[in-house]
Amino acid sequence: MLTGEQTRVRVAASLARRYRQEFLFRLFGIVSIVIGVGFLLFLFTTIIGNGYSAFWQTTIKLDVMIEESVVDPDGSRDPETLAAANYARLIQDALLEVYPEAAGRRDRRALKSLVSTGAAYILRDRVVDDPALIGTRHSFWLLADDEVDMLIKGHVEAGGDEALRRLSDRQVGWIEGLQAAGRIKKRFNTQFFTAGDSREPEMAGIWGATKGSFFMLLVTLLLSFPLGVAAAVYLEEFAPNNRWVDVIEVNINNLAAVPSIVFGLLGLAVFINFVGLPRSAPIVGGLVLTLMTLPVVIIAGRAALKSVPPSVREAALGVGASQMQVIFHHVLPLAMPGMLTGAIIGMARALGESAPLLMIGMIAFIVEVPNSPTDPATALPVQVYLWADSPERAFVERTSAAIIVLLAFLLVMNATAVWLRNRFERRW
Amino acid sequence: MLQPDYGFGPESTHMRSDAKKSVEPVAADLERVDQEDAASDPSGSDDAGIAAPSGAYATIGDITARDPVMTVRAGEVFYGESQALIDINLDIGRHEVVAMIGPSGCGKSTFLRCLNRMNDTIESARVTGEFLLHGENIYAKKSDVVSLRARVGMVFQKPNPFPKSIYENVAYGPRIHGLAVSRAEMDDVVYGSLERAGLIDEVRDRLDEPGTGLSGGQQQRLCIARTIAVNPEVILMDEPCSALDPIATAKIEDLIDELSQNYAIAIVTHSMHQAARVSQRTAYFHLGRLIEVGPTDKIFTNPVHRLTEDYVTGRFG
Repeated sequence: MLTGEQTRVRVAASLARRYRQEFLFRLFGIVSIVIGVGFLLFLFTTIIGNGYSAFWQTTIKLDVMIEESVVDPDGSRDPETLAAANYARLIQDALLEVYPEAAGRRDRRALKSLVSTGAAYILRDRVVDDPALIGTRHSFWLLADDEVDMLIKGHVEAGGDEALRRLSDRQVGWIEGLQAAGRIKKRFNTQFFTAGDSREPEMAGIWGATKGSFFMLLVTLLLSFPLGVAAAVYLEEFAPNNRWVDVIEVNINNLAAVPSIVFGLLGLAVFINFVGLPRSAPIVGGLVLTLMTLPVVIIAGRAALKSVPPSVREAALGVGASQMQVIFHHVLPLAMPGMLTGAIIGMARALGESAPLLMIGMIAFIVEVPNSPTDPATALPVQVYLWADSPERAFVERTSAAIIVLLAFLLVMNATAVWLRNRFERRW
Repeated sequence: MLQPDYGFGPESTHMRSDAKKSVEPVAADLERVDQEDAASDPSGSDDAGIAAPSGAYATIGDITARDPVMTVRAGEVFYGESQALIDINLDIGRHEVVAMIGPSGCGKSTFLRCLNRMNDTIESARVTGEFLLHGENIYAKKSDVVSLRARVGMVFQKPNPFPKSIYENVAYGPRIHGLAVSRAEMDDVVYGSLERAGLIDEVRDRLDEPGTGLSGGQQQRLCIARTIAVNPEVILMDEPCSALDPIATAKIEDLIDELSQNYAIAIVTHSMHQAARVSQRTAYFHLGRLIEVGPTDKIFTNPVHRLTEDYVTGRFG
């Protein structure tokens, strides 16, 4: 038997140990968080540092004479004739006006390549929209070529061995001349937010992939949430406790861990080859992602239903509510925040998923912006992959910009989820 | 079973585990008590059968009520393999309060929950015997559990208002049963129920506020209002005051007294003082058996069975 004094000494000794353990544990937690936040900051600074410049695009101001003889030789103002005209020549003429010394064929080509090939299409659209421009001289800010863009943004150097550079000394001289004349300006890159993909970095945009992802997630949400909630409610509230339900439960848990590319193959085999849905379409992507998301929604839904206090069920049963009424009037509303959280986690995972989409053709190069879930489209993560795989220097910043858009998309989704959850949440 | 795979209510789990755990040692205890009885009182034959693990025994006292609403004959409950109630026979009469007392795990709550089939939610529970409401077996195939629970309401140990407004809490039952057609009718039902539950003066100005924002005693009275809003014939109360302070308890007890004018009330309580204050008849449960029933004053002043006497005098329990 210990004396009172001995007891106090031993307690004091053990107290010190306990406090030290607690201190170490806290330190451990703080260190983990600091490491995590550090990596996150590193990721964000890298991506934003690389990507922000893609939101600006170099343009060149040229005074273009819209020659009627080139644009509309027969004077009919027929939109088809206008659309088919050679606008690249007009731009070339405008460039030659600035640099008349570029007379040779090779020089002319070098001069012409300062302006994006896409500039001709933009000019065409302006003229088709406003035929009154024909026969007048007008200054346009035309898209510069991506090499010029990179030089102006300082991503490539003008010095060094000329043979190793994409721009010759001559071209660099022209660019500097244009700059000195105030004909070069960086403007906000609306093209990036409104266009689909393109082989030309300066013409490429994220809107096609964003809409593709949106349609895909819409299909996923509309299918996986109701199906998942219904399955969770049935399994949790109605299904008898027998071997079959156990088998189903184990399989649902297994499905949640199946590699996503397997779901892609399944989608290819079932939705495209068997059902005959179009390839590269967001609807197929949405179906595949639904298969992938469902287990997550079901598992989260069951956990949410389990966490509803039994007293609520008893209260409702006690006043004579039927089982359906208990579930739909009381249990489900209380479980909703948890179910939404599960659905959002699943959706966020679906948004970032690219592997299964490769299998169903959503990796195709698609310029058109999709207008419905059945149009060919690509998705944001796949777009990131496509651009990261492209050799042009200008796609580097666009890759990061696409990631920024993806993260913003994710942020909006999660913010919506938090808002919805707070709306549904009831205090106890 | 109607509702499989539920988490059990706190009370039911507690009862189950208790029942399982305590059967052996207390059975031994019982035997010892019986031997003592036999030794000290050779003529004591009342409790001859009680030591047996199961089987026949006789409840002491008058199990019948003058005007029975519910009648239980040979009621038995099993949770899986273990038996929680053994051959229970008891009436619950109109205009009376029957208190069920007994040590933890004695089956009194199980018995109460059989009366409106709350045990249906426990998958392993099996109920046999006759549980009659006005002569009709509530466990019969054609008997509807939903309408049964409207007729036999229940108030739980822990106040459990819905996370809705006070008004909605009371209006919910009448609404799902279609008892009030118009808004005015519903208002009548809600105000009337709150008034009978003695809560109206405290909540008149804040019927739109959440019921969960009330104090514990108010919440319990709200639950009583919710129960009487569907106009039941029997109200079951499972330790309605065990989570409340003495002042709130006093209010609930007054309320029970008033409600017994109109309803048959069965109340489970751990407090013998409460049983003595509110009930007209008391039933003493022990290890799944109904040991003794009688007028409350007789049970507390002059119990027949040794176990009852030990319990009411505070020697164990």
